[in-house]
Amino acid sequence: MRITCPLCGERDRREFYYVGDAVALERPDPDAGDVVWDDYVHNRDNPAGVTRDLWYHESGCAAWVVITRNTVTHEILSTELASKVKEAQS
Amino acid sequence: MRFSSWKVFTEGLSGNKGWSAHWRDAQPKSEYDYIIIGGGGHGLSTAYYLAKNHGITNVAVLEKGYLGGGNVGRNTTIVRANYFLQGNSEFYSHSLKLWETLEEDLNYNVMHSQRGLINLFHSDGQRDAFARRGNMMINQGDDAILLDREGVRKELPYLDFEQTRFPIYGGLFHKRGGTARHDAVAWGYARGASDRGVDLIQNCEVTGIDIVDGVVKGVQTTRGPIKGNKVAIIVAGRSGQVAAMAGRRLPIESHVLQAFVTEGLKPVIDHVISFGMGHFYMSQSDKGGLVFGGDLDFYASYASRGNLPMKEHVMEAGMTLMPMIGKAKVLRSWGGIMDMTPDGSPIIDKMEGIDGLYIDCGWNYGGFKAVPASGWCMAHLMATDTPHDVAAKYRLDRFRTGIGIMDEEGTGSQHNLH
Ligand SMILES: Cc1cc2nc3c(=O)[nH]c(=O)nc-3n(C[C@H](O)[C@H](O)[C@H](O)COP(=O)(O)OP(=O)(O)OC[C@H]3O[C@@H](n4cnc5c(N)ncnc54)[C@H](O)[C@@H]3O)c2cc1C
Ligand SMILES: [Zn+2]
Repeated sequence: MRITCPLCGERDRREFYYVGDAVALERPDPDAGDVVWDDYVHNRDNPAGVTRDLWYHESGCAAWVVITRNTVTHEILSTELASKVKEAQS
Repeated sequence: MRFSSWKVFTEGLSGNKGWSAHWRDAQPKSEYDYIIIGGGGHGLSTAYYLAKNHGITNVAVLEKGYLGGGNVGRNTTIVRANYFLQGNSEFYSHSLKLWETLEEDLNYNVMHSQRGLINLFHSDGQRDAFARRGNMMINQGDDAILLDREGVRKELPYLDFEQTRFPIYGGLFHKRGGTARHDAVAWGYARGASDRGVDLIQNCEVTGIDIVDGVVKGVQTTRGPIKGNKVAIIVAGRSGQVAAMAGRRLPIESHVLQAFVTEGLKPVIDHVISFGMGHFYMSQSDKGGLVFGGDLDFYASYASRGNLPMKEHVMEAGMTLMPMIGKAKVLRSWGGIMDMTPDGSPIIDKMEGIDGLYIDCGWNYGGFKAVPASGWCMAHLMATDTPHDVAAKYRLDRFRTGIGIMDEEGTGSQHNLH
């Protein structure tokens, strides 16, 4: 599996640290309550197919990258800087 | 049909023509009292103990593929009771005791072999951690011996003791640990359940769960709708998808775990061994193949096959520990889909808010050894609507409340850490 870092280009998967589902981009309000926080921290859609997760280019430029990929085929569909995704959201 | 030495002997003389099918190929009825989704190890043992311990036999096990075609037939078969935390400790202890009488109970040779498990350590800190773990195992009533370097050398003379990078300081020896024949465990439970009246229905994928006003009514399948009063989701790596049919999200992320086997070799590795400084563990199958594996590939996956980086890591770790295996040829590698929870411990619980719906999942990479106790406790929960004592801590709501998180590895209760 090779991952294209938006800053560094195509790199070996081993340069990246996997964080998990890109939910971190939608962090709930601190007072949202235990049900919302449980959902955010623990519960997952866990799709067999297209998913969007967060990786960290640990042995590269240290950017946080949002990766859209297929969990069944391991195909990487697109990669974006997390900061850009966050900006577009707000 | 019962197995016995006499039967094997007489069948040998008569051309082995008298063996019959191990279980009935049942066709789905329109209604059952209990429906179990998933014909893996846990689904089959649940059905067996429902019938055996609780006399409940109007039960269907619905399997989308063939019985035992999932992880129960893909794992590296280690059976052990070396857990540390309350909750896990009593559960796996119970499971190991069930393993020790399983063959007589099922009248089935599951080739349970208590060949001993040795977890190696390579630093003073690791020794302390293992000493502590060993004490917890002994307190639970199980067995543990802390071996020093010379003690390990006596058991495993072929390890590379001279290396300077990861010197071997000793090992935690769990003599009652070992392996079993994975397929036989599925088949033995299947036969036992079927003989007691349970319908095992293969090629029957559940595609929907019927719920009316918060009460479960049955399931939709590729072989038509089936009504049921109690429905259990026991589908390992597919837990997320099946729970979604009931409108629920689970604290589960599915990951791929790989395993490897070499060509058959003469007996050389008597125990199950794990390396403490890299992801590598190994045993030798009765056919002679070296069976080994490592850790997850570490990203969510349903591919049933892994990628090269973890293969390379596992091979490197193996060569560091026991260079003598370098000439063995790897025949096959494969992957299975693991239902990973944030704290690395499982869930056996009712699905809160949906009457009659139960969930047994989150077995991570260690659910094979749990097959007997999981079935035992899940059957108890379904039959009595109260959790069994040794599984009472496997609650689904522990993640929300934060009470009773069981993070056995002590790495944190978060999805990417186990
Ligand atoms: C490589 C590898 C090594 C492992 N090593 C060990 C080990 O050494 N020791 C250990 O204790 N554990 C080990 N494990 C873990 C263990 O195999 C699993 O935790 C355990 O088998 C999971 O439970 P199960 O047997 O019920 O799962 P499965 O056998 O996967 O059963 C689930 C079943 O549900 C079915 N299903 C899914 N969706 C549906 C649906 N919609 N309708 C109907 N049926 C459905 C599937 O087809 C499947 O047959 C290992 C796993 C792997 C992959
Ligand atoms: Zn980069």
